Amino acid sequence: MSSAETNRSWYKRNEIAITPWLFLLPAMLFFAVYVIMPIGQSFWISFHEWDGLGDKTWVGTANYERLLGIGDQNIDRKFEVSFWNNLRWLVLYLLAIPAGLFIALFLNQTVFGIRLYKSLFFFPFVISQVVVGLVFSWFYLPNDGLFDVMTGWFGITITDGVLGNRNTATYGIIAAGLWPQTAYCMILYLTGLNAVDPEQVEAARLDGAKGRKMLWYVILPQLKPATFIAFVVTIIGALRSFDLISVMTNGGPFGSTRVLSFYMFEESLSEFGFRMGYGAAIAVVLFFIMLGFIVYFLWSMYQDEKGAR
Amino acid sequence: MFPTPIEKRPRSTQITYQAFLPVALILWLLPLLAVALFSIKPDADFTNGNYWGVPSSFEAFNNYGKVFFESNMPRYLLNSLFITIPTVIGAVALSCMAGFALGVYKFKGNLLIFFIFIAGNFVPFQILMVPVRDLTVSMNLYDTKLGLVLFHVAFQTGFCTLFMRNFIRALPFPLIEAARVEGVAEWRIFLYVVLPLMKPALAALAVLIFTFIWNDYFWAVVLTQGPDAQPVTAGITEFNSQFRAAYHLMSAGSIVAALPPVAMFFLMQKHFIAGLTLGAVK
Repeated sequence: MSSAETNRSWYKRNEIAITPWLFLLPAMLFFAVYVIMPIGQSFWISFHEWDGLGDKTWVGTANYERLLGIGDQNIDRKFEVSFWNNLRWLVLYLLAIPAGLFIALFLNQTVFGIRLYKSLFFFPFVISQVVVGLVFSWFYLPNDGLFDVMTGWFGITITDGVLGNRNTATYGIIAAGLWPQTAYCMILYLTGLNAVDPEQVEAARLDGAKGRKMLWYVILPQLKPATFIAFVVTIIGALRSFDLISVMTNGGPFGSTRVLSFYMFEESLSEFGFRMGYGAAIAVVLFFIMLGFIVYFLWSMYQDEKGAR
Repeated sequence: MFPTPIEKRPRSTQITYQAFLPVALILWLLPLLAVALFSIKPDADFTNGNYWGVPSSFEAFNNYGKVFFESNMPRYLLNSLFITIPTVIGAVALSCMAGFALGVYKFKGNLLIFFIFIAGNFVPFQILMVPVRDLTVSMNLYDTKLGLVLFHVAFQTGFCTLFMRNFIRALPFPLIEAARVEGVAEWRIFLYVVLPLMKPALAALAVLIFTFIWNDYFWAVVLTQGPDAQPVTAGITEFNSQFRAAYHLMSAGSIVAALPPVAMFFLMQKHFIAGLTLGAVK
């Protein structure tokens, strides 16, 4: 009885200090087990040769040496192709930001039915990437696909179709990815435009600013938060690209559409045996590419937090 | 407003704009309209090379009927539902609590924990893949819905906590202080003061997570195989190999697979966009 009382009073006395930890505990536990620890484990596994079932064999940095071609071996060709494709994705995916802004400016009016137009323009984002991939692979069908029919009007023919040609396949997939991503950026900018200070716009208008000048000097600075988020989600989207590649070309033709995330999956879970160690090494490289961006994102958010205090 | 409201422009510009809107929309949704067209065509149209013309007969009921009654599609759809709903509940519950802790209390490490949750969000899936798959196998949860749900809950908690914490921060703090002065226990403050105010955030997160999880493909392929546990995004590939080159059925299947999040979006549009554009306005 007395011990229960002291227990209770101890809890009462420290309630404010303990409660947050009790509330945090389940989320932290889940997050630690499924997200934080696996990152460390992947680093560990990347120094081993492992088929996912038996014992791991320590091989030191051999996986990385083979991947990057350190020493007397050549760089892994598939890795090289994947890496360059990743860069293509990163650069071209960013087109979603200006494209999204353009559509947002186009739709930022108050005519009859505009709300429905806005949601229909946004709608590609809600569809799963698998379906987007399927839709676009039919769109790109050689000869019978709508895209091929339309390019035919201009006398352009792409041998084997967009996705069957190693020079165009990656760009075809990126274009498919840009479709939902542009919709996402558009909705971010529409929300941002809604919050633009009308007094500033009027003032600038009285000063004779309009068109492109107005956009650049008055509107865009106010859209900065939207641009930041658009940038974050687009970069992440570009580096996560997996679904579209898997559905549309499965890495082909001749492995020309591989990216690091896809190559990693292929190495780890391919039918030629599971090479988990090598896969983990690829994942670690991808992680480090990502880390540069993550640090930048977090730093920006940290500045905001400090400003809010 | 920017750009200049169209009402202030000459009449001719207004008419051009109004006329151009539907054209732009059709161009934008062209790939989707093509699939919708495919899905109501008869098989014969494709063998005759009539891919893009008017359907020679209206076969929507037939095609969609086949999807629902002659394939594993209903099973995959159910799997998706049984994966998505528990994930939504789990992730929202965990992050409500974590967001409350991080948003209301000042303690050492608060900001650090918050930033770990955010950082976890940005991590490429691939670095988690091998260990998570290994963990799931060793818990005997490989190829089960539960295995997928547990991972999704854990991963989505990062984004949800970011969302919840920022939402709770924007709530009027004196409300909580007043309750404290009254001697209300902390967990009661959460339950009776904060939680009722969080309804819009709960709705926004629920629809967002529903869409994210329904559309997940990568983890479905990594953690499951076969129709017992696979969600519809992964199942559609099996469906497509069953109806190889039968475009009318494959497109009907795709539309069915894509529909639930679309319906969710149109029903809960306000919440969905509020959730998605969090932070886009200061």
